[in-house]
Amino acid sequence: MALTNEHIKQRLIEKFDTQVSSFEEPYGMLTFEAPKDMNLKVLNFLYDDAELKFRFMTDLTAVHYPDQPGRELAVVYHLHNLEDNIRIRFKVFTDINKPDVYTATALFSAANWMERETYDFYGVNFIGHPNLKRILNVDEMDYFPLRKQYPLEDQSRVDKDDEMFGRGGTLGFGTEKTQHGTITEMEKNDVGDEIV
Amino acid sequence: MSEQHIKLPEGSIEKTTTTLNLGPTHPATHGVMQNILELDGERIVSAEQTIGYIHRAFEKIAERRNLYQITPLTDRLNYCSSPINNMGWHLTCEKLLGVKTPKRVDYLRVIIMELSRISDHLICNSIVGVDSGAYTGFLYVMQYRELIYEIYEEICGSRLTTNIGRIGGFERNFNDIAFTKIRKFLDEYPRVLKEFENLFTRNRIFMERTIGAGAISADRALNYGFTGPNLRAAGVDYDVRIHSPYSSYEDFQFEIPVGTTGDCYDRFLVRNQEMWQSLSIIEQAFRKVQEFKGAEAEVYHADVPEYYLPEKKDVYTKMEALIWHFKIIMGEIDMPAGEVYNSVEGANGELGFYLISDGGRAPYRLHFRRPCFIYYQAYEELTRGAMLSDAIIVMSSLNLIAGEMDA
Amino acid sequence: MSRPVSYNIKEKELVEDISIAEMPEGHQGEGFFATTLNSVIGLARKNSIWPLPFATSCCGIEFMATMGAHYDLARFGSERVGFSPRQCDLLMVMGTISKKMGPVVKQVYLQMAEPRWVMAVGACASSGGVFDTYSVLQGIDQVVPVDVYVPGCPPRPEAILDGVIRIQQLVGKESLRRRNSEGYKALLESYGIQ
Repeated sequence: MALTNEHIKQRLIEKFDTQVSSFEEPYGMLTFEAPKDMNLKVLNFLYDDAELKFRFMTDLTAVHYPDQPGRELAVVYHLHNLEDNIRIRFKVFTDINKPDVYTATALFSAANWMERETYDFYGVNFIGHPNLKRILNVDEMDYFPLRKQYPLEDQSRVDKDDEMFGRGGTLGFGTEKTQHGTITEMEKNDVGDEIV
Repeated sequence: MSEQHIKLPEGSIEKTTTTLNLGPTHPATHGVMQNILELDGERIVSAEQTIGYIHRAFEKIAERRNLYQITPLTDRLNYCSSPINNMGWHLTCEKLLGVKTPKRVDYLRVIIMELSRISDHLICNSIVGVDSGAYTGFLYVMQYRELIYEIYEEICGSRLTTNIGRIGGFERNFNDIAFTKIRKFLDEYPRVLKEFENLFTRNRIFMERTIGAGAISADRALNYGFTGPNLRAAGVDYDVRIHSPYSSYEDFQFEIPVGTTGDCYDRFLVRNQEMWQSLSIIEQAFRKVQEFKGAEAEVYHADVPEYYLPEKKDVYTKMEALIWHFKIIMGEIDMPAGEVYNSVEGANGELGFYLISDGGRAPYRLHFRRPCFIYYQAYEELTRGAMLSDAIIVMSSLNLIAGEMDA
Repeated sequence: MSRPVSYNIKEKELVEDISIAEMPEGHQGEGFFATTLNSVIGLARKNSIWPLPFATSCCGIEFMATMGAHYDLARFGSERVGFSPRQCDLLMVMGTISKKMGPVVKQVYLQMAEPRWVMAVGACASSGGVFDTYSVLQGIDQVVPVDVYVPGCPPRPEAILDGVIRIQQLVGKESLRRRNSEGYKALLESYGIQ
């Protein structure tokens, strides 16, 4: 029988019952979710099963959703069945205060650096990883930059011309985001010329 | 008395291996990556890689840019073949928006993508030659890369970081000069490639340097997530162009060259063969494009009013076109919400774009699945037990591009 | 709709068949030419600069094209590119320098022997370029003193050659005492280099 998304969903529900959930198919790729303690069990099932054969890990990354308390960090695995050409996406959600997820390096060696990158950017702690340290950023960095609350630019620059970039400054157009108050009080009440 | 001034690390007098830092600036590392090798005489015992020396935080930048502003970022991923990255990104956006491009656009895209694949493989193979001591191949072949650069210049204006194409097609039709240049390239290049092959393929010194160096079996390669020519050299015929055809690749006849042992020699031969296959694809695409006549020959983009700039004469006369023009330039168009993963066959392997959109103007999350980053992990396994000179050859034959590795 | 190339398509006539470079001022007679030591050494130095290509990203590929046969860099005397800072005169930093790489650039600069010049090729090396992020050094002049900046993303090979020509002009006119002067020492102090 051909391996369709419906069939894969059936097999997953048979094996894991209600623990796999949120089945969706955005743009044709089956996407589902499981609790974070089950991630290795699901990955092993997808790998070992003689019919499913998802033996190639395409991608491993994380997403930060600050508005979902208790489920802020999502670790997303993309797997690929090369023989039947089916792709599948598997998500695992974890709390940002305790972001521990089991590592997949025992199963896929490709996950080694991908998990290090995820740790570097989001702070997801992969339990059992052979060498979990920062890979792309400077080793001394003490925060996890890709989380939504951190800004993109380096805040310690002094040579940027705020006026030209529309960030306030003395001319006042742009947003009032800087804490020193970018628009003078006089200008705040200035509503422009009177139209007669 | 010198021991008082030099502070040696723990255990460095007792240990029997030498630590060699093949540092970020080294003529053999093309791009900035660091390898700290433990050598036992000439043999490598272990290797530790450090990357991130050119980390430019693309993924964070992309969260604040609208779709067109991300195209120049994708240019700088694998900068030896930037049109492939651009096309891959545009294909991802088209998948998200549900845009179908006309056939002529697809064939033109195929021409550009295959030209850039040739350009990338030329750099990789000639640098393998340089690293084994043969500088001539590199100089000879750079001349023909200039021809490819001239073709890009004719179409989009820029040589290296091209920012070519738009969502839905191209910014302008290919003019006659572009077609003349492509024809000239197709006529002159096969002879050059033959000479380049003759220089290396049965050259005894080259063969002795590369056969057996950095071999990997197909199972380990799949487990490490290899894709592209490195995987095909190990024996697995996985090519995104055949598996999930995009941009009308299914209309073309070509073969996938596959190696056996996965060592440097096989990788060199696979890349050479892929260049021949790319030449044949460009010939077929060129012929197919010439078959479009009349009004069809003027089609160079799909109809995507929200993302493709309207014609200037319409902007000056019609209200709707004026509003679309303003909204597109100021980046005020909202994307549909959704998550999509799309991949193309880059010169190094499967280049994937994972885009999550929440309905705003910029992506909520954009992740690049970069092939170089994933297969560089295997470097330690590839060089364990090899000699130092083999380590250099393996690094250059893997085609590591630092921009793609660190993103 | 499309406009083919319309400038510079006709070959220019050569005014003279051979163009000769300027001679420095001096006295000449039968069999001798006397000039200042400065100009002789400047002339010798400027036509034999050995560059150190510190290529990190895309600008490095344009440098490879500049070294190729089409836009030959060797005709300016820079035939021998070396990768050892101890032997080179000109540090060409090409490509984005991230904060992780900054100390490496400084280390390479410190290892070079006087007289040394630095050229920042590309927008990223000059000022951070497109990448105004937490991880990119906004220009290498934060860590080393720079002599010539070549803008562009990436600069065309002709632009890189223009940068090399300007370095040659700087080298030819430099005073022999500059490297020991107070101004130069103050410049190095401001970068924290002794």
